[in-house]
Amino acid sequence: MQQVATKSKAVEMTYREAVKQAIRDAIKRDQRVFLMGEDVGRYGGCYAVSNGLLDEFGPDRIRDTPLSESGFTGAGIGAAMAGMRPIVEVMTVNFSLLALDQIMNTAATVRHMSGNQFGVPVVIRMATGAGRQLAAQHSHSLEGWYAHIPGIKVLAPATLEDARGMLWTALEDPDPVLIFENVMLYNMTGQIAADAGPVDIDEAAVRRTGCDISLITYGGSLWKTLDAAKELAGEGIEAEVIDLRTLRPLDDATIMASVAKTRRAVIVDEGWRSGSLAAEIGMRIVEQAFWELDAPLGRVCSEEVPIPYARHLEQASIPQAAKIVAAAKAALGRG
Amino acid sequence: MTAATDKPHLTRAHALELLKQMIRIRRFEEECAQLYSQEKIRGFLHLYDGEEAVAVGVIPVLEKRDRIVATYREHGHALVRGVPMNKILAEEYGKQEGCSRGRGGSMHLFDHEHNFHGGNAIVGGGLPMAVGLALAEKMQGNDVVTVCFFGEGAVAEGEFHESMNLAALWELPLLFVCENNRYAMGTALARSESETDIQRKAACYKLAAEAIDGMDVVAVEAAARRAVQAVRETGKPYFLECRTYRLRAHSMFDAQLYREKSEVEAWRHKGPIVRFQTWLEETKMIHPDDVKTIEAAVESEIEEAVAFAEAGTWEPVEELTRFVYAEKNA
Repeated sequence: MQQVATKSKAVEMTYREAVKQAIRDAIKRDQRVFLMGEDVGRYGGCYAVSNGLLDEFGPDRIRDTPLSESGFTGAGIGAAMAGMRPIVEVMTVNFSLLALDQIMNTAATVRHMSGNQFGVPVVIRMATGAGRQLAAQHSHSLEGWYAHIPGIKVLAPATLEDARGMLWTALEDPDPVLIFENVMLYNMTGQIAADAGPVDIDEAAVRRTGCDISLITYGGSLWKTLDAAKELAGEGIEAEVIDLRTLRPLDDATIMASVAKTRRAVIVDEGWRSGSLAAEIGMRIVEQAFWELDAPLGRVCSEEVPIPYARHLEQASIPQAAKIVAAAKAALGRG
Repeated sequence: MTAATDKPHLTRAHALELLKQMIRIRRFEEECAQLYSQEKIRGFLHLYDGEEAVAVGVIPVLEKRDRIVATYREHGHALVRGVPMNKILAEEYGKQEGCSRGRGGSMHLFDHEHNFHGGNAIVGGGLPMAVGLALAEKMQGNDVVTVCFFGEGAVAEGEFHESMNLAALWELPLLFVCENNRYAMGTALARSESETDIQRKAACYKLAAEAIDGMDVVAVEAAARRAVQAVRETGKPYFLECRTYRLRAHSMFDAQLYREKSEVEAWRHKGPIVRFQTWLEETKMIHPDDVKTIEAAVESEIEEAVAFAEAGTWEPVEELTRFVYAEKNA
């Protein structure tokens, strides 16, 4: 799986620092790699991820851009086609909509449209998710939309190891890869091997084993789901928690193996319910594992509102451990 | 024609080559229109009739290592760049022998060997890509010029302005060629732009910018030489507005309700081929027989291309989902 056994000692680190180390490591490893985006240089990154890197690597490789999401994302795409390995940082997923033309109409299509003559090995990172009271233009979770698009890969690192290790693997990929970093994870602190390195981006991970129900999630919701699993354990319910890690392409095998064991599933997704990634996963389970199921599928998604500012409303609009516990119990007939 | 002082040395051989390339594009596209009416070619088909002097004036000035980004009206650019006519027509047929394996069609001609980065069918969409290509070449220290073609309609797009700014701000070796054919589909320039002098917009971003007569192939070539040389020497971007005219409909579905037939007819007499050919004949640089020789050569190339496209094969449907992602060990 994604965590290679290591003998090195563990160090304490934030998720933010893990992403920064991944960027630093990639820039050192490969002359073709550079970071560009709004305020990545002198400001140090909107979420302080690239703080200090400008002094270390200079303005060519830590390239500040104007507020031109389509322009600089497209420039990253073009640079990737001409031999570079750009990491494009978009401040937040809402702003990425200004670059959607370049991501959807160029990055995702060029290989196919050119009959396999040109590829776009670009990595585009962006913050996603609610919880910082940033209201309806900075808080959405649109990774599910991006996961709809053939031609790109979509990653959602939830752990320190993935924050540290997915970037290099993404840069080595010959196709465009989008990495979604949940804003609530940047300050998360934990232990990570001092020599942690690249991880695979092909497989989902079982973060907690259990035999009563599968809770399938990714990104910022992983930790809420693990909290819910702990609470369920107190009531004698052993939940298995799947961290999807990669939202496109989905690792069906890990999902189906878990569902075949637990016979029940709840999907937790910070996207809106209608047309969500949760809907896609639920349908795949129905297609591939219907006869394994002992109960209707459940899901916990965001409420169908633009994310509001007021804290109590914001929190009510996104998945929470209590909702996950309730959905799991409902699936077990213990609601 | 252009004043003699602005011209590169125009030998008879060079004049014949310019004329041949323009006639080649024109005849090829006339054939495409025929094939479209026979339903051999489907989808959208955008013809370059009237604008040939731009591609023919600019592209031969480039080196093989230079890169080109074009629009959905790019048959001429691909032909002049050296993409084989056979492969272009096969692409329009949708055959797997086409230059994009039949997956792109008329609007998406690609050729890696010729650094031809495609017909882009999003107006303005190719500009940021061109910025990135130029950025990569600059970062790698390569002496490569990227040329980006687009129409005046793209000037209204945000991507145009973002790209002008990035190219100038980062001092990228990039030649922007605006093919101002006066109509964005059916919308005349004055109906869509408050400032219709387009090169001024680029100049606002501190690009070296000039407007030229895009119906005069010699003027276009002279300007392209100046521009490409400036980009190579300074490493900075340059903006060339070529004022031209689209003599045919926007696409095969266009009834042209937005302009008078008399307007088109007037421009027809000022077209780049008739104008250059007449001038060459009047100055006795060529004989009428030269044109016959060119037309015969072009006809035979077209006949061969049609035969090639007709004989082309359909990619098996089993391969439908290939090339969405890179194939391992491919």
